[in-house]
Amino acid sequence: MLTYTIRRLILAVPTLLFIALVIFLLLELAPGDPMAEMPLTIPPEVKEKMREALGLGQPWYVRFYLWLYQFFVVEPQYWIDGLFGTNFADGAQRIISFQSRSPVFNTIAERIPQTLWVVGMSYVVGVLIALPIGIISAVRQYSWFDNFGTFVSMVGFSVPTFFTGVLLIVIFSVNLGWFPSIYDTTLKVDDWPSFVKQLKQMAMPVFVLALYNAAQISRFMRASMLDNLGQDYVRTARAKGMTEKVVVLKHVLRNSLIPVVTVIALGVPQVFGGAIITEQVFKVNGLGQLLIIAIHGNDVPMVLTLTFIFAVLIVVFNLIADILYGVLDPRIRYD
Amino acid sequence: MKIKTALAGAIAAMAFAPAAFAERGSDGHLSIIYWQAPSILNPFLSGGTKDIESSSMIIEPLGRYDQNGNMVPYLAAEIPTVANGGVSADLTSITWKLQSGLLWSDGTPVTSADIKFTADYCMHPEGGCAQAAKFDKVSSVDIVDDLTVTVHFSQAMPNPYGPFMGGQSPIIQKAQFENCMGAKAPECTDANFGPIGTGPFRVTEFRTNDVIQMEANPNYRDPAKPAFATVTFKGGGDATAAGRAVLETGEFDYAWNLQLAPDVIDSMAAAGVGTAISAFGSLVERIEVNLTDPSSSLPEGERSTVAHPHPFLSNANVRKALSIAIDRNLLVEVGYGRAGRPTCNLVPAPALYASDNTECLTQDIEGAKALLEAEGYVDTNGDGVREKDGVELRVLYQTSTNAVRQDFQALIKEWWQEIGVATELRNLDASVYFGGDPGSPDTYQKFYADVEMYANNFDGTDPQAYLGAYRCGTEPKPSSQWQGENINRFCDPNYDALIDQLAQTGDLEERGRLGRMMNDMMTKDSNVIIPLVDRGRVSAHANSLGGVVLNTWDSELWNVSDWYRIK
Repeated sequence: MLTYTIRRLILAVPTLLFIALVIFLLLELAPGDPMAEMPLTIPPEVKEKMREALGLGQPWYVRFYLWLYQFFVVEPQYWIDGLFGTNFADGAQRIISFQSRSPVFNTIAERIPQTLWVVGMSYVVGVLIALPIGIISAVRQYSWFDNFGTFVSMVGFSVPTFFTGVLLIVIFSVNLGWFPSIYDTTLKVDDWPSFVKQLKQMAMPVFVLALYNAAQISRFMRASMLDNLGQDYVRTARAKGMTEKVVVLKHVLRNSLIPVVTVIALGVPQVFGGAIITEQVFKVNGLGQLLIIAIHGNDVPMVLTLTFIFAVLIVVFNLIADILYGVLDPRIRYD
Repeated sequence: MKIKTALAGAIAAMAFAPAAFAERGSDGHLSIIYWQAPSILNPFLSGGTKDIESSSMIIEPLGRYDQNGNMVPYLAAEIPTVANGGVSADLTSITWKLQSGLLWSDGTPVTSADIKFTADYCMHPEGGCAQAAKFDKVSSVDIVDDLTVTVHFSQAMPNPYGPFMGGQSPIIQKAQFENCMGAKAPECTDANFGPIGTGPFRVTEFRTNDVIQMEANPNYRDPAKPAFATVTFKGGGDATAAGRAVLETGEFDYAWNLQLAPDVIDSMAAAGVGTAISAFGSLVERIEVNLTDPSSSLPEGERSTVAHPHPFLSNANVRKALSIAIDRNLLVEVGYGRAGRPTCNLVPAPALYASDNTECLTQDIEGAKALLEAEGYVDTNGDGVREKDGVELRVLYQTSTNAVRQDFQALIKEWWQEIGVATELRNLDASVYFGGDPGSPDTYQKFYADVEMYANNFDGTDPQAYLGAYRCGTEPKPSSQWQGENINRFCDPNYDALIDQLAQTGDLEERGRLGRMMNDMMTKDSNVIIPLVDRGRVSAHANSLGGVVLNTWDSELWNVSDWYRIK
């Protein structure tokens, strides 16, 4: 198992480097210009100067190498300096965003709390809702509960979040006035009223995303349970005279959870990717909004760094899912 | 009894006090929403409107333009003119004098060294300063004394108010930015995110592309202002959400630039929480006509260049027919409502430069047909498209992707269809269309289409540079990496002579006459530019927010120090 993990980790390095190159080239080949958002009143000569100041005058391979160097050498130095008060970095140039001219990692660090609170919470809530729904739907297949669960997950699947989000805002913010329509990222939770305020502003985005997540996971859970319910070992368990509760929760559920756990693990990187649309609708201004603004502004360093981090997370969580599979199911061992 | 009366009197006096003696910070919290989030608070490193306007609450220029386009002193004691001796008679220098006793928000005095430093900072060759055009032709900035500087120009400047005037060119503190010159500019994140200023507010927290927290500047020059103690400046989302937050839910006090359909704004305003306000500046939505041939049959490098005149759009009467076939009133009604008015001018304002050109305002389909007829364009093969000598009147009409612009395209296509001109429509993502990538065939500068639509305006109140862009030979072309502002590839020696004359004329009346003449040459005389809509700005404020004066000539937040809470 350990050698397998190490082998996979070593293999991940060229994969990630290749991904970085592909993302960079895609951004490079895509039409667009970081000066496109500037007003037309700024003359073209000035814009050209500004492009040069952003380092766009150099050939692409120089810029790619510079980014790699900054990402893998300079940035870790700054982190070490920040942790231990050393001075490895010695004022070296960090990865700078075109739009804000500030280090991209500072901005990312600023955005992670909102995204984890809202998108992460919605994932947790989604999973917590989805598992019981999936189990009950499978055990009582074709009952009214199962049909209702199917209907809700179809709604969650097929109605886009930009619709549900705006619908909720119109009902609960505009008409009823219960929740704020704009998320306050500066809110500090340090007492009961501010905690209530935080809950209020999280309610709608979490609901919208949880509905979507729950819809997916509950279907996986149901299908996996149904697969197992028909197995021979279930019949054996019943024949031994075990109660239905023990059969379902001890035998079937445990075995059914194996594929579901991997699905849940594979979904975690999406949490960090933020929910671009939902963040925009509720003005959560987390990682998803950061990415979309950077794409609009052709902020290459920001887009490249963010997408690369997402790529790393996806590779890592794929590995975690594979390892979990082996841990949960003793029949599967990679050695 | 006496005590009671006295107390009642005291309470009554206190109740009236806020109106009579306003006090700094007495009105609590102000919240502003811009649906484009500010990225940086240094307008010299970003030309974006969102960045210029958000920073205008913190850093200030020597003078600003008011809502009518008049110059008002801010940090300066007065606006220098030839009459008061501030501008030299030969128009080659301007002397600014600071008000005395000004302090930065950190308590240090504002001096002429800061003004000179600001010019050096922006004029540094490696800095990539977004406002470099403001400092064009500046040969030196000399410190006369602690409060006085003289800006020398390399030639006579009839409009010497480029440097240090308006929101694009505020004064920054030398002590803070001293080590941020040139290539080091982007490294100064702390300074760029929290400039020390003279404005009514100072930054307490800046989160890029998200939110700014501010508090009243304790050293602001007017001890009674600003009325608000703290400000939240939220960014992001879309115009609809921003409008909703001010007009419907009342979560915010002020929303910027609500580019929304007129009926959407009206239905939001019906909630009665806030008010939509509008004002007009120099922004004109127009159709630009390509005078050169964009045909894809030409080799790359010759398409849309002056080597090949356009087969039919080089004919002034064909252009005129296209212009008068358009119903501009309907366009305004559909797309802009109160935020637009039909126009035939390239320069719709200020009044001095606005021509009395109204000919195109009435749609004239029959007149357009007659014009084409007279030019020999007739539909001989019955396909609904006119032709002459085998050249059919088929145009490719491009613009950026935007709901209102696509509505305009559809309407105009229909009207042109009626006069026998076939139109193919195309829309391009704004970041590509307005980007200057010389490798992309889709930029507005490259103009690989017959006509294209966008909006443009000029900074401040003087259109000299704006009108001067249409000089012969300054068009985007392969040898200029497709950069240039003469989008139409216009060339007229008479027009060039007027550009030169305008650049040497100081007298305002005469400047106005020349400006109007040039405007007419580009629009009603030649129809090279087909103006459609004079686009205003619509913003919204809560009914409880007082003192808002919408200004399109400078930052919208130009008088934020005068804003107060209506009690």
